[in-house]
Amino acid sequence: MSMKCDVVVVGAGPGGSMTAKTAAAAGLKVVMLEKRQEIGDPVRCAEGVGKRVFCQMVKPEPDWIATEVKGARIYAPDGSSIVMSEDKGGSEVGYVLERKVFDRGLAMEAARAGAKVLVKTRALGLRMKDGVPCGVSALRIGEPLQIEAPLIIGADGVESKVGRWAGIDTTLPLKDIEICAQFLVSDPKIDDQYTEFFLGNTIAPAGYAWSFPKGEKLANVGLGILGSRSKPGEATRLLCAFMKSHFPNGKVVEMVVGGDPCSGPIESTTADGVMLVGDAARQTDPLTGGGILNAMQAGIIAGEVAAKALAAGDLSKAGLKEYEDRWRADIGRHQARSYEFKEFFVKLSDKDLNQLIGSLSKEDISKMDLRGMLRVLFKLNPKLLWELRHLVV
Amino acid sequence: MLTVNRYKCCYCGACVGVCPAAALELVETWLEVSADCKECGICTKICPVGALEVRA
Repeated sequence: MSMKCDVVVVGAGPGGSMTAKTAAAAGLKVVMLEKRQEIGDPVRCAEGVGKRVFCQMVKPEPDWIATEVKGARIYAPDGSSIVMSEDKGGSEVGYVLERKVFDRGLAMEAARAGAKVLVKTRALGLRMKDGVPCGVSALRIGEPLQIEAPLIIGADGVESKVGRWAGIDTTLPLKDIEICAQFLVSDPKIDDQYTEFFLGNTIAPAGYAWSFPKGEKLANVGLGILGSRSKPGEATRLLCAFMKSHFPNGKVVEMVVGGDPCSGPIESTTADGVMLVGDAARQTDPLTGGGILNAMQAGIIAGEVAAKALAAGDLSKAGLKEYEDRWRADIGRHQARSYEFKEFFVKLSDKDLNQLIGSLSKEDISKMDLRGMLRVLFKLNPKLLWELRHLVV
Repeated sequence: MLTVNRYKCCYCGACVGVCPAAALELVETWLEVSADCKECGICTKICPVGALEVRA
């Protein structure tokens, strides 16, 4: 079978769906492929998003949101804790989503805008004409499908292939991927109103553990460790140890694992006829691991640039430059900064972490976001954080 | 050769993202290993459930 369109979007996560929705709304003929038979499942995510930015991009349906949180609590390795509040600044977490419902809902919005969604359809490679991509070969429910399109969007996640097919090396070095494991846990101990972050090299080497509440004493309890500090099965083993020490009576009702890019902005996310979006473009925040909002923002930009470039008739790498420029000016700039913080924080010992969290115990950071808190941290611990001074002033 | 313990694999695709040879492909719940695999073992190290192993 074969079909023809303006844009093929590979992957129906939040990045792909926002691209498809934006491009379709601009009048383009869009086909979005999802290799899985069910969009959004299995989940590979802790599901937290900042409320303000999220609501700027979509009008959330009530069933997309598992719960709304008040703020974040951060635990030092010695068990002492501080609270950051969502009320004013904290854009890191506000909603904990129900990704299975949200991802499908967003794909539905793309479909309603006019995009054709094909599930259980896997891209096998790019079709080339005169050395330039002119579509994708796919397998739809096991049958070959040829799609002719001058523009291909790779929104195919951490395991992205589209970029590699187009000559963009997206391979993640082990120091630039967080390896995560998570349980959905039911436990009366769970704080329904706060996301919790647990630091410590025993708990999660060069990463952190978390509890993201999903309402009614249910939470995503998980952890991520840096790939370079991992060994076979380590993430799951550490999570079981964390459960034992922090939620010994927790009932596990779901298991989630995954790799989270933390490379910061990569060299290129475009090639002739190709744009990469979301995890495929490694657009996650290297410090927090958050990727949903960045993927959605990049998707909107990609959709808009797709419409412009098609109208201008230039889909070469040069013709798609606006996409690179726009996402780098916003997402990329934050990522680069977060990457430097990450590179520094992964080197800290538990003693350093205790000192940092301890130094905040007498400060009122309850109205601050992550960036504000880092600024206060620097003021209180100039010696320890000296390397970061250029990021703080 | 690289072996996949299908009873352990949670098909998260992290291994695909770190493979320098682009030799892995995740087909829904099925991890495929192509002939391009150099048996470097990088993927085995990061597998969150320990499903991958390079065997002599």
